[in-house]
Formats: sequence, structure tokens, C-alpha cells
Amino acid sequence: MEHFISLFVRSIFVDNMIFAFFLGMCSYLAVSKTVKTSLGLGIAVTFVLLITVPVDYLLQTKVLAEGALADGVDLTFLAFILFIAVIAAMVQLVEMVVEKFSPSLYNALGIFLPLIAVNCAIMGASLFMQQRILLDPETSTQAIGGVGDCIAYALGSGIGWTLAIVGLAAIREKMAYSDVPKPLQGLGITFITVGLMAMAFMCFSGLKI
Amino acid sequence: MSLFSKENGAVFTGPINLNNPVAVQVLGICSALAVTSQLKPAIVMGLSVTVITAFSNVIISLLRKTIPNRIRIIVQLVVVAALVTIVSNILKAYVYDVSVQLSVYVGLIITNCILMGRLEAFAMQNGPWESFLDGIGNGLGYAFVLVVVGFIRELLGFGSILGFQIIPDSAYMDNGGLYINNGMMTMPAMALILVACFIWVHRAVNKEENK
Repeated sequence: MEHFISLFVRSIFVDNMIFAFFLGMCSYLAVSKTVKTSLGLGIAVTFVLLITVPVDYLLQTKVLAEGALADGVDLTFLAFILFIAVIAAMVQLVEMVVEKFSPSLYNALGIFLPLIAVNCAIMGASLFMQQRILLDPETSTQAIGGVGDCIAYALGSGIGWTLAIVGLAAIREKMAYSDVPKPLQGLGITFITVGLMAMAFMCFSGLKI
Repeated sequence: MSLFSKENGAVFTGPINLNNPVAVQVLGICSALAVTSQLKPAIVMGLSVTVITAFSNVIISLLRKTIPNRIRIIVQLVVVAALVTIVSNILKAYVYDVSVQLSVYVGLIITNCILMGRLEAFAMQNGPWESFLDGIGNGLGYAFVLVVVGFIRELLGFGSILGFQIIPDSAYMDNGGLYINNGMMTMPAMALILVACFIWVHRAVNKEENK
């Protein structure tokens, strides 16, 4: 239980997808114009992460890892193709389910749902999970040793991503009234804002639970 | 139509400067920020993306008439993922230390928006040779930003270029000098601010062309 909580808190604040690893930056910059749409995208990303990371974990440990299928068979080189296939299929599935059971949410998310398939944050979470299986849970709070850990990690990463995009959207809404130098307007000033936010998040780096 | 006509030249050089994928089109930001704390991984990453963009452009351009429209994203993803797997294994075999440093970001080339953007916007409509030039041009435009940011961050953050010490040892505070490395440059936050400065300079210089 303790490990779940520390993994969860760590992936929100210390290993924040945006501020520590720059994952999902493209949609992060493109969609963060209003708080409402960015919250919707954040929830959709969290939802897809919650499904794909545990599924990719099972694939990695039960099929791809050395000796998992049969002795001496190492299929880890297939990881990229399989992970992206799982993500694309899951996004399609989520899209269909959401459309069937909650048309209002489906309309609110609009084109962001299919775009999640090429969001680096989703693929990145699966690849980090693949690396962290090897870590020792006794010494590292980042270690992932089971489906429970995967869920804690995916939920934490998704909430961290949502936190970051909603925060930036709120700042950008206020910044519309500021006097920014002409060549810096739009993208440039957004980058500097994200840089300053990342600096603020750096103060969490010693956090231990 | 000749192979090196003027239009093809524009396809090649446009993305390197005026239509730079990072500074103007805002694509592929994730990895541009994450791998630039030193120059060497930045160069390797830039070259890998160039090679993968060029060849995925060629493959999709050859297949463009046979791919059904509804499943084109999946087909594109599979082609790119296969190429990334090859490049990742080559990097592991020949430059293992850099591949460890790049860690998950090699795999994340699959979701790099530059690739999907070029495949959708260019390779689906144009022939293989133009697509190849477009891929190389966009890859080099991306590599150019990476090299500039990596150069500044390594010089100011570690006092070295490509691992060679540039600032003499005697200049450092510990040895009685006045110089000290800027530790902020090695942090993720400074990458964002340096890219912002790059965009600022780029837009200020190319003001007329962008209008």
C-alpha cells in the first residue's frame, strides 16, 4: 500500500510527464488555450493511460520478455510495434464506447480523442513502465512490479498531466491581456511560461513519502 | 521532370530555415527538449529522426495509392514503428552509451509529430523522390534546432563540447579561478526557455517572410 501511494504521488509531482520528461508536449501546447477543453483532454489522456499501461505491462511480462513464451525466445524487439498497436486499438475502442454510452462527453472531446493515439505521453508511459520493471522495489520508489503498481503509475501520470495542462491554460487565459514583444507572442511566451512552471515543479524533486 | 529541379530544391531547403518544423510548425517538441542537455545525444537524435522521416516518407509515398483511407493512420504507425525498431537496434549495437542516454526517447520517435505531420501532409500526395527530399529537409531542420540548443546547454552547463573540456580547469572556482558552471542549464526548465529564445530570434530575423 505504501509503495502504491509513494509511486502515485511521485508520478504526479516529481516525475511529472510535462515538466520532467516533456511528454505530450504537442497537444499540450496546441490545446491549452481554454481551461474547459484542456480539462477534457486531461481526463481523456488519464483514461487511456489507465487502460494501456496495465495491458502493455501484461504483454511485456507474459509475451515479450525473455523466456516468457518459451525458453530462449526473446521478443522484446517487437515492443514498439505491439505497444503502438495496443494504444491505437484502445483509443479506437474507447472512442466507440464513449460514443455509445456518453454522447455528451464524446461531443465535448471531439477530435482530441483520436489524436490521443499519437500523444507521446501515452507511449512514453508504456516505455517508462518497461524500463522500471527491472528496478528493485526495495530501493526505488519508481519500481513497477505488478498490475496494481501500473494502475497507480498511470493514474498519477495522468493526473500530473491534467494538472499541468489546466494550469497552463489558466495562465494563458490571463496572459491574453499582457503586452508581449511581437516576435515572442503566441508560442514563444508559452514556452517561457512552461519553463517557469517547470522550475517551480523542480522544488518537489526531493519529495519522499 | 529533373531530379534536382528548382521546385525540388525548395522542398528540401524550405523546412531547414523558413518553414522549420520546430520553430514555425511547432512539431516534435517533446524530444527536441528532452535530449538536448548535451551535444552528442542531440546530434544522434537529429540524425535518427532525419533517416526515419526520409524513409517512412518514401515507403508511405510508394504505398499511398493502395492504402485504404480509413486505416491509414494505423498503416503509417506500423511503418514508422518498424523503422524505429531498426534504428533503435542499430544505435544499441554501435553507440550503446548514447542509446542508454536517449533511453525512451528513441522509442518515442514513433509518436513524434514531425513524422505523422509529414506523412499526412506531404507523402500522401507526392511521389517518392519529392517525399524523400521533404523528409531529409524536415529532419535536418529539426536536427538544426537540437544542435543549437544542445551546443548552448553543454557549453554553459558542463563547460565542454562533445565531451571535450573547453573552459580550462584553472578558470574554475575550485582551482582558484572565477568561473562556475551554470547548473540551471542541465535542468529541463532551461531547455524550454532556450527553445523559446530560438523561436524569438528566428521570428525576429524572418519577420518579412512570415507575413
